[in-house]
Amino acid sequence: MKENSISFQSKLNPDDFLPATDAEKESLVVMRESVSFWRDGFRRLRRNKVAMASIVVIVFVMFFAFIVPSFYPYSYKTQIKGANNLAPMQYSKAEQEAIAAGEKVFPHIFGTDKMGRDYAIRVMMGSRISLIVGIVATAIILVIGAVYGAVAAFFGGWVDLIMMRIVDVIYTIPDVLLIVLLSFALKAPLETLTKVPGFGWINVLGTNLISIFIVFALLYWVGMARMVRSQILMLKESDYVTAAKALGAKNGRIIKKHLLTNCIGTLIVTTTLQIPSSIFTESFLSFLGLGVAVPMPSLGSLASEAINGLNTYPYLLFIPALLISLIILSFNLLGDGLRDAFDPKLKN
Amino acid sequence: MTKYVIKRIFMALVTIWAVATITFFLMNMVPGGPFLSEKAISPQAQAALEAKYGLDKPLYEQYVTYLKDASHGDFGDSLKQRGRSVMGIILTKFPVSARVGGVAILVSLCIGIPLGCIAALNRGKVLDNLISVIATGGIAIPSFVICTLLMYFFGVRLKVFPTFGLSSWKHYVMPVISLSLYPMAYIMRLMRSAMLDVLGQDYMRTARAKGVNQFKSVFKHALRNAILPVITYVGPMTAYTLVGSFIVEKIFTIPGLGSEFIGSITSRDYTLIMGTTIFLATIMVIMNVIVDIIYKLVDPRIKLN
Repeated sequence: MKENSISFQSKLNPDDFLPATDAEKESLVVMRESVSFWRDGFRRLRRNKVAMASIVVIVFVMFFAFIVPSFYPYSYKTQIKGANNLAPMQYSKAEQEAIAAGEKVFPHIFGTDKMGRDYAIRVMMGSRISLIVGIVATAIILVIGAVYGAVAAFFGGWVDLIMMRIVDVIYTIPDVLLIVLLSFALKAPLETLTKVPGFGWINVLGTNLISIFIVFALLYWVGMARMVRSQILMLKESDYVTAAKALGAKNGRIIKKHLLTNCIGTLIVTTTLQIPSSIFTESFLSFLGLGVAVPMPSLGSLASEAINGLNTYPYLLFIPALLISLIILSFNLLGDGLRDAFDPKLKN
Repeated sequence: MTKYVIKRIFMALVTIWAVATITFFLMNMVPGGPFLSEKAISPQAQAALEAKYGLDKPLYEQYVTYLKDASHGDFGDSLKQRGRSVMGIILTKFPVSARVGGVAILVSLCIGIPLGCIAALNRGKVLDNLISVIATGGIAIPSFVICTLLMYFFGVRLKVFPTFGLSSWKHYVMPVISLSLYPMAYIMRLMRSAMLDVLGQDYMRTARAKGVNQFKSVFKHALRNAILPVITYVGPMTAYTLVGSFIVEKIFTIPGLGSEFIGSITSRDYTLIMGTTIFLATIMVIMNVIVDIIYKLVDPRIKLN
């Protein structure tokens, strides 16, 4: 066919319609893998030096709190005879004789307390208790607060009104009052409960520790609930919620699958920042004498015991005080880092 | 406006009533009573005491009587400190706590707000990092640690400041530092992040473009908009600080309401517990109303409803 010289007809030939080769396909594939929410967050977290340093500190403290005591030569409750109030690295008379006789005696790195108990192991056990309280209490707070806040926000209207007024009231009652009253009130029922078969494990933890958990479960979720509520009030207007509703999803499913998963960033951050404040509160309670039961130490109770001998043995106060500040500080810094990494909206 | 005020007062009364009710029943749920710990008290004497204070009546009757009296401003007599009325105790102890607390609040505001602004204005520079370190440290150190460390170094070792009592300005230094450190650090953080938020707004750029100098733009445009979160925090914080911190008062031996409150709980002084709790709740509610009004003054866009 003769071609018109001014025709716009494109000059096609059959080769143009061959299937693409593998090499050609390769070039069309997106060069970069898609980055998931988690990987993106962790990448940003890894670049944050302060947050990484605090993770190292936390792991280090956890190592000493949970692993070292199991093979440490002293126990937190054995009272060594004649070894009362030793200064750090000092030995008692009996121990000095043993050393002279060629025996190996493990040094009292932080000295001993007035009952003759090795202080280093007491500090380690104390940090174990403080960490357990911090983490378990925060887990309780997270579950209750998140569910309460989500339900209040999702249903709105008078449900929200009543639920938030309850939160306001709990917020207004001085927390010290409730803590002290509750720990008194819970003591007797918990002690009778330990005698019921199947509840013997309560003795292992101590009734005081359990009542601290209950107090946390009853009181401290309000902050978390407010936080989650404000997030979900915003999220529930999203189109995907409307879509889920239109598809017939049940309320429980929408809350669980769509709303709570979408405020996961806020949840992670609030949880991490809640851990130090739980540790803070536990140490305050132990300081008041309402914390863990006697032979068991916690950082707060160690500090409060040390105050009486402050003039002569100041290091007994400095060590737990320093450690508690260090733990709270690293969790705070980690929380800040997580916020920057997982919740860019909250940045600054 | 009138409708708002009426609604607000009604809500406040409901909150105070709820707090009083919860405290009343919780307090009575706790085993033990105010007269159990007393030595050498015969059952007759105990019964007589209980009859005198009406503790032998059924609980709901006590509750109704208490509410009736309290609504007339009669909070009864202390069960433990014989012959002293609860109102009298609160009125003598509260000013002590409030003086220390008031100074602490002023200090934390006067240091926290400027430092927070300075940090935001020098974002990422050495000064910002330095202030952030102070702020994080202030939040991380529990108050009993600060109290005892101050006590040890400045009270016992250096003997710069007296360790107990409240008779001269020197006595205030250590309690005020321990009370103000946490709120100060918190205010710094709030102020810094709110300020950074505001500094990025369009109206700030407009103000600078119009030729407003930096000093004026920060004070007139940025500060007013950035201070709202601080006000929200300062409201309840003021209530708690004025009423007094148990730990600070215990360590520095200050005869304030905070230590009286904890003492009343451990000794089951029912009337004193109720009195102090209602007092604290009232201050809290009043502070919340004041915060709302300040909101309106600072940001006229906010509607009171």
